[in-house]
Amino acid sequence: MSLELKNVSKRVAGITHVKETSLTLHPGHFNVLLGETGSGKTSLIKLMAGLDSLASGQIVLNGKDVSRLSAQKRNISLVHQFFVNYPHMSVFDNIASPLKVAGVAKSEIEGRVEEAAQLMKLKPYLKRNPHELSGGQQQRTALARAIVKESDAVFLDEPLANLDYKLREELRDQLPELFAGRGAVVVYATSEPEEALLLGGHTALMTDGNVVQFGPTADIYRKPKDLDAAKVFSNPPINIAPVTKQGDMVILNEVTRWQVTGAASGLQDGTYTLAIRPHHVMPVESAHHTVKLDGHVLVTELSGSESSAHFDMDGNAWVSLSPGVHPYSVGEVHSFYLDPRHCFFFAPDGQLVA
Amino acid sequence: MRLKSLVPILYILFLMLPIYWLVAMSFKTTNEILSGFTLFPQTWTFANYIDIFTDPTWYWGYINSIIYVTINTVISITVALPAAYAFSRYSFVGDKHLFFWLLTNRMAPAAVFALPFFQLYSAVGLFDTHLAVALAHCLFNVPLAVWILEGFMSGVPKELDETAYVDGYSFPRFFMTIFLPAIKSGVGVAAFFCFMFSWVEMLLSKTLTAVEAKPIAAVMTRTASSAGYELGLLAAAGTLTIIPGAIVIYFVRNYIAKGFALGRV
Repeated sequence: MSLELKNVSKRVAGITHVKETSLTLHPGHFNVLLGETGSGKTSLIKLMAGLDSLASGQIVLNGKDVSRLSAQKRNISLVHQFFVNYPHMSVFDNIASPLKVAGVAKSEIEGRVEEAAQLMKLKPYLKRNPHELSGGQQQRTALARAIVKESDAVFLDEPLANLDYKLREELRDQLPELFAGRGAVVVYATSEPEEALLLGGHTALMTDGNVVQFGPTADIYRKPKDLDAAKVFSNPPINIAPVTKQGDMVILNEVTRWQVTGAASGLQDGTYTLAIRPHHVMPVESAHHTVKLDGHVLVTELSGSESSAHFDMDGNAWVSLSPGVHPYSVGEVHSFYLDPRHCFFFAPDGQLVA
Repeated sequence: MRLKSLVPILYILFLMLPIYWLVAMSFKTTNEILSGFTLFPQTWTFANYIDIFTDPTWYWGYINSIIYVTINTVISITVALPAAYAFSRYSFVGDKHLFFWLLTNRMAPAAVFALPFFQLYSAVGLFDTHLAVALAHCLFNVPLAVWILEGFMSGVPKELDETAYVDGYSFPRFFMTIFLPAIKSGVGVAAFFCFMFSWVEMLLSKTLTAVEAKPIAAVMTRTASSAGYELGLLAAAGTLTIIPGAIVIYFVRNYIAKGFALGRV
């Protein structure tokens, strides 16, 4: 069981929406497509689902070439970001519709719909119409329709993006168990790095219609292949600044320099791009947060139990994300401390070197 | 509060006045109508209605009109549905121009087409048939129906189509069992406007018919000129002409508001 993309690409009116992409996706875990809006996640899903035709390449589902097969013939499921249900059908008929079309016996349909409704907590609403449900219940109906079918591949295109925070968390916790043991290849598109970390067995990072890196989620989080990959997999945006390595010192500017640690010690002298995640830049000094940065605080945000500060240093925009509430004063210079152990170094061509 | 309800009441009275006058006249004798101003019929008479329902030249006018209006509405909607779907879902070379060109058909006065249609339909043997009038009205009603339906279809997200395809629906099955129910109010509104246009249009229907398919509007004008002043009879015919429109609008009244919201009515 697998879904293989071989040099798949998509062009519309001369504009490339998906650049040549090769991926092999397996069942048993979530395959997350992570990228910003417009990075080609939906385009790629539409190609895999057979809703758009390929400009080049091949798609192989469970060993069978489906490149030229229409969506109807691929045995797949799809859940959109918007709550899409058949408006004039009851919730029961909505969930049952893929089975009815496939010609499944009536007695079997009832049992399977009941089971899916049970899982999605929709049992009390089976007789209602979708527009009489809340947004969360509507999306549950769409999810129930996707699981009732026993498809070979399930595509979830930002299914939680239009739900409010609480519902999103609740449904997100439920998703992995929903698809566990079904044997379907699950592809989950999202623009939130946090969701990839929570759900992703494997993650593919996308920018500009390009899959920049694919692998086990934890691996690519710890080792982004290049600067693009590091940028995609960070929210708030990862801090980037040019640095110079000289001897055993890393030089950020005249006042900020520190002793090289870890893998970076092996680097040749020269200029690199430094990248460090916002939660490794703290507003207080500690045993590990040792390198002092003096920055001009521009904007501060408080979200739940975390506070973030956007500050400017040498014309570069930096962000610090730390637990707790901190008394920043906008417009003033504040000291931040970065943890040198968590710095990424990228060569001038963008590749990760340390 | 008083004034608030007074103004619309006055307005509605003002609108209803000519209709009231027509209905009142239809229950009067021609003599009473000509003799002076009476607010209510002094002597109630149903003779005018009895005349219409017993004289074949009269009631066949209604039947003819209903036949070609129905044919026209069915043809217009059947043709407009796939056209509107194409305009709302696909982009193809010249789609915007084609859409606009369709609409320009409605800008031409019917009189422009009267002569060519008369000649054409005479030549192919369609003159004085219900089909001739129904087809002629398509020139105006198909673009209108495409325009209205396109608005309603574009209001249905494309994701619905995609979901159905992924669920295994073939295109025809999706269109008939999912898409049509989703835009049924649009179909209602489009059918209503086709019906109304075809029902009230007189020039083409009169030009393209003689005896067999003569519409009610043509019957009414002839009576006025040949048999002197049969005002009561005419008023009764006019009253009966309003009724089908009133019935149809009752059924689509809620949908029309939706059409207004989409800016397509």
